[in-house]
Amino acid sequence: MPDSAGPAPDQDPPAGVHSLWRLRGYLRPHALSMTIMLLASLGGVGLSIAIPLVTKALIDGPVTHHESRGLIGLGLLALALGVLEAVLIWWRRWVQSATVLDLETALRGDLYDHLQQLPMSFHSRWQSGQLLSRATTDLSAIRRFSGFGLIFLITNVLQLTIVTVVLLEMYWPLGLVVAATAAPIVWLSMRFERSYVLISRRVQDEQGDLATLAEEGAVGIRVIKSFGRSEHVSAQYEAAARSLHATSMDKVRLSAKFWTFLEVIPNLAVVVVLLLGAIGVGKGYLTPGELVAFITLMLSLVWPIASLGVILAMAQEAMTAAARILEIFDTTPAIVTGTREIERPRGHVRFEHVDFAFPDAPDELVLHDVNLDIAPGETVALVGATGSGKTILTALVPRLYDVTAGRVTIDGVDVRELRLRHLRQLVATAFEEPTLFSMSARENLTLGRADATEEEIHSALEVSQAGFARDLPWALDTRIGEQGMALSGGQRQRLALARAVLAHPTVLVLDDTLSALDVHTERLVEEALRRVLADTTGLVVAHRASTVLLADRVALIQDGTITHVGDHRELLATVPAYRELLAAEALDDTEGGAA
Amino acid sequence: MNQPADRADIGTEADTDVRRWRGVAEVDADEAAERMTAGGLGGGSRRLLRELLAPYRRAIQALVLIVVVENAARLSIPYLVKEGIDTGIPPIQESGDLDPLLLIVGAVLVATLVQAVSRNLFLVRSGRIGQDVLFEVRRRVFRHFQALSPAFHDGYTSGRVISRQTSDVDAIYEMLETGFDGLVTAALTLVGTAGILVLLDVKLGLVALLCGPFLAWLTNWFRKESARSYQVTREKVALVIVHFVESMGGIRAVQAFRRESRNQEIFDDVNDQYRAANLVAFRLVAWFMPGIRLIGNITIALVLLYGGYRAYQGEVTIGVLAAFLLYLRQFFEPMMEISQFYNTFQSASAALDKLAGVLDQEPGVPEPERPRDLPQARGEVRFEHVGFAYVEGRPVLPDLHLTVPAGQTLALVGTTGAGKTTLAKLATRFYDPTSGRVLLDGVDLRELASDTLRDRVVMVTQENYLFSGTVADNIRFGRPTATLEEVVAAAGALGADDFIRALPDGYDTDVSNRGGRLSAGQRQLVAFARAFLADPAVLILDEATSSLDVPSERLVQRALRTVLAGRTAVIIAHRLSTVEIADRVVVMEHGRIVEDGSPEELVAAGSGRFSDLHRAWLDSLA
Ligand SMILES: Nc1ncnc2c1ncn2[C@@H]1O[C@H](COP(=O)(O)OP(=O)(O)O)[C@@H](O)[C@H]1O
Ligand SMILES: Nc1ncnc2c1ncn2[C@@H]1O[C@H](COP(=O)(O)OP(=O)(O)O)[C@@H](O)[C@H]1O
Ligand SMILES: [Mg+2]
Ligand SMILES: [Mg+2]
Repeated sequence: MPDSAGPAPDQDPPAGVHSLWRLRGYLRPHALSMTIMLLASLGGVGLSIAIPLVTKALIDGPVTHHESRGLIGLGLLALALGVLEAVLIWWRRWVQSATVLDLETALRGDLYDHLQQLPMSFHSRWQSGQLLSRATTDLSAIRRFSGFGLIFLITNVLQLTIVTVVLLEMYWPLGLVVAATAAPIVWLSMRFERSYVLISRRVQDEQGDLATLAEEGAVGIRVIKSFGRSEHVSAQYEAAARSLHATSMDKVRLSAKFWTFLEVIPNLAVVVVLLLGAIGVGKGYLTPGELVAFITLMLSLVWPIASLGVILAMAQEAMTAAARILEIFDTTPAIVTGTREIERPRGHVRFEHVDFAFPDAPDELVLHDVNLDIAPGETVALVGATGSGKTILTALVPRLYDVTAGRVTIDGVDVRELRLRHLRQLVATAFEEPTLFSMSARENLTLGRADATEEEIHSALEVSQAGFARDLPWALDTRIGEQGMALSGGQRQRLALARAVLAHPTVLVLDDTLSALDVHTERLVEEALRRVLADTTGLVVAHRASTVLLADRVALIQDGTITHVGDHRELLATVPAYRELLAAEALDDTEGGAA
Repeated sequence: MNQPADRADIGTEADTDVRRWRGVAEVDADEAAERMTAGGLGGGSRRLLRELLAPYRRAIQALVLIVVVENAARLSIPYLVKEGIDTGIPPIQESGDLDPLLLIVGAVLVATLVQAVSRNLFLVRSGRIGQDVLFEVRRRVFRHFQALSPAFHDGYTSGRVISRQTSDVDAIYEMLETGFDGLVTAALTLVGTAGILVLLDVKLGLVALLCGPFLAWLTNWFRKESARSYQVTREKVALVIVHFVESMGGIRAVQAFRRESRNQEIFDDVNDQYRAANLVAFRLVAWFMPGIRLIGNITIALVLLYGGYRAYQGEVTIGVLAAFLLYLRQFFEPMMEISQFYNTFQSASAALDKLAGVLDQEPGVPEPERPRDLPQARGEVRFEHVGFAYVEGRPVLPDLHLTVPAGQTLALVGTTGAGKTTLAKLATRFYDPTSGRVLLDGVDLRELASDTLRDRVVMVTQENYLFSGTVADNIRFGRPTATLEEVVAAAGALGADDFIRALPDGYDTDVSNRGGRLSAGQRQLVAFARAFLADPAVLILDEATSSLDVPSERLVQRALRTVLAGRTAVIIAHRLSTVEIADRVVVMEHGRIVEDGSPEELVAAGSGRFSDLHRAWLDSLA
């Protein structure tokens, strides 16, 4: 089974034709369009061969033999062929536009879909910058190749072959010279390919790194500002940009060398052909018209050969891009949905011998042998030191992470057997960090219940004392800015709380959700929450005695396991560790303070 | 207050359910910039491009020279072929004399080699200029985003910032990659070939040049249409990126609240808008490119007809006709390249426009022209009749008057939304006050260089963002020159040393994406250590211990007591335990100071808000 977190962001998988090939499914719906594009291109190739032949006929016929009859006819033929060529190009491009954009859009949609399925353990390691560069830069590389590159790769090779055959037909000794140029071209291309794949992967990765730094510079701007470290991060960014510059220059030099050779080879062939051809004409083996046509046709090969360089580079980039994208598609979501649903959920939550370790450190148990039974409708407070594992424990219920041993059940059913959507409907969490989006306040509130009525929203706002949301400039339709930056810390927390309450869960998880509230507001919220929690199962992470009092029982978590469960007063009286965590402020600070 | 036009826009443009999610905002910076450029397109981009290329005038001249040489060599080949046929063949036919032919073939060989060398030189040099320019664009844009105020960033969103720095820069890169090459070569080829054609045969040449006006018309049409469509494309891709980045950043909430399908709906919508915008642009190209080819092919046919007729009349030689046709092909091949380049150029100028728009944004809190220095900060902070509003007409601080003497530890309490964070942000000059002044040691903050200010005043915010890198790196962010010992000492003073050492690689443990490797409280401790290390004269703590358990918080407090000796501190907190170390307490309500005094006094007063708070807090401990 593949590691649930997938490959590390900086690991190089092999890039190759097969990775591109694996994406062929996306082209299948466009088979017809692709065929049209190919045929139109081939038609274009045929025409670009036919036009010089008409020229030859015209020079050898009417002009040389001084007959005017064929002149007009051949001239008009050339005109008709020219118009036809333009029409074919138009047709190809027209069809191509829709096809490649559909391809790109479908791939991006699926990538996004897949990323949404991937578990937290994946996302905690991948920066969005790296993901983003795949969803944008890499996808356009694939789009460019599949629309333009692929077609031209085929037509160019075909054109080269056909023209060579025509040339062989026309005058085989010269044709052989042309055919012989294929050898150095193929050899060069293969060598180029090998070096280019390494460089283009490096460039693409470095672009991803740069995107990550850009992201950090933007998301972390407030921290950067408050420490006056703009210079520091700018220097960091510049160092990365400079490194990308150096790598890109390597790439430029490599392609410059390759492209130059690709142009030189056909030109050298022209030299030989001219020499031998002129001698041939001199000796009467071929006509002047034939030589002109021959050289015209040969020169028409310079472009397809030279552009082969660009196309191969494009192909290489597309392959690298495909490999980078497949890294994500190949990461199977480790958390997959079950099938069961609980008909009439009561909210009986049990942790049974639960162990948990993060996938990147499987030996290091963050939670071990956790046992906890929360009766339907009961509220349990979870108390523990910073880093003792409270947040992880709460994340196991809605399966943001999966247990590594033991099980978590709701009403006796292992959460892993439940349909994921159903499970997450039963359980709602207000996170310790509010996690808001730059959308309307309403959209943020109804994240878990798109169909909530106005009354329901109203009462959720009541419970969390978040009435301020209605006083925003456009009430609930106000865009609240990224991470709700236009709100104060306590306001953000109350919105996040309202969101969890609005979801009407059977199990409500509050992960230290009241920490940014002032005592007064906190008391109001607690009163209201008590009503909500009366018939909802609750798991409440708390640092303060006041919050603990929301709960019917308290569980003390120490070093990743639950050591004591009981009543607040009882624990306060009998467990020194608990006293230290919760009573310390009462003991010490009242005397040191004002009282 | 009159409603911004935005609201009406949203109503009409997209009343579909899918698009309502964005909500309404003040016209944000980007949209305003978009409106600015929507009329006269390209002004900003052209100015920026000129500015970027200015240092390379010399290098570009050299490039042009190289291209001239390259093209002279390239263009000479068909001519030499014609010579080969016209003058090389007859001597062979007459006397078997190969010399004239060999001479010409030698010349072709030389031309080929010259072309190859200059081509390589050109590719490498123009590639370097392109990469240099790209580097400069990246550097400038990043620095400028750093210089812009948090107020700007609040509205612009990080997704857009990223979009500018990735997708827009990519568009420029694409132009630079195919750019110079296509353009210079093509332009020269056009002019050179036209000249040669006329020289070869005036009448035929003029027939060939008949295509000029048509080409100009077509290109002009394309320029206008595509400029518009690429602008739209840029905006749409930014939407895609913003949504992408935000949903990945908040994936925890997305999954926990089963938001996936709605997100997918929104993403599909923006993705599709982007597709549609691109389709318009691509279809324009689908007309433009074959249009150019059509003009070229018709010209070739005309020349063939007319040239054939004149050759038939004996007015031109077969060699001339052959050369003519060869040159015409050379004339139109680069035309395709020009148009390809022109296309990427249009796309890049839309991107450049966007970037120019960003670079034109004035920092909301500008650097002073002649900064005052502040040799030794004592740390007195004064608010003099400070008024402030985020949104016009909704003052958050109506008229605040407050002096924090040097060395004092001030606790700022009050209900959430009272304006405490706002006050802290004014003291650190995240924003400038709408009226009144904020002074540090008697100097208006607006007269201080930001480096000076940031050295003296440091704030630990509620958003304790961690950067990718190790724990030590993150702590060292407070003072990049700090040694590991100092880092460890700062962490140790806060009681963070134990948990850091317990991490797999201790201080060298990678904190993962945005500090995801650590728990929220641990992140807060790291953020705290970072501020300790920075060692400022004024320290502002905005609910910096809210996620800590009580013993950890007490450790922090103990450390604060020592650290704050001799320093000015403003501590914003809800837990009164945090406030105990304060010399003075200020209670805020709706942006006003409602109580001010030592904690003892305020509690003793028995009826004020602070004493209420104190009582409530005592109750809560029960
Ligand atoms: N993504 C992760 N990878 C590895 N370790 C982690 C990760 N997230 C948290 N941890 C560790 O797991 C422990 C428990 O974290 P958490 O449950 O967030 O603590 P808290 O009790 O403060 O909520 C901490 O020591 C933290 O360092
Ligand atoms: N960036 C912003 N844009 C608009 N309004 C804001 C912004 N930041 C805060 N506010 C508003 O200003 C008021 C005071 O907020 P703040 O100073 O953060 O309060 P607190 O006392 O809780 O720290 C709140 O009503 C809040 O909604
Ligand atoms: Mg936690
Ligand atoms: Mg605040």
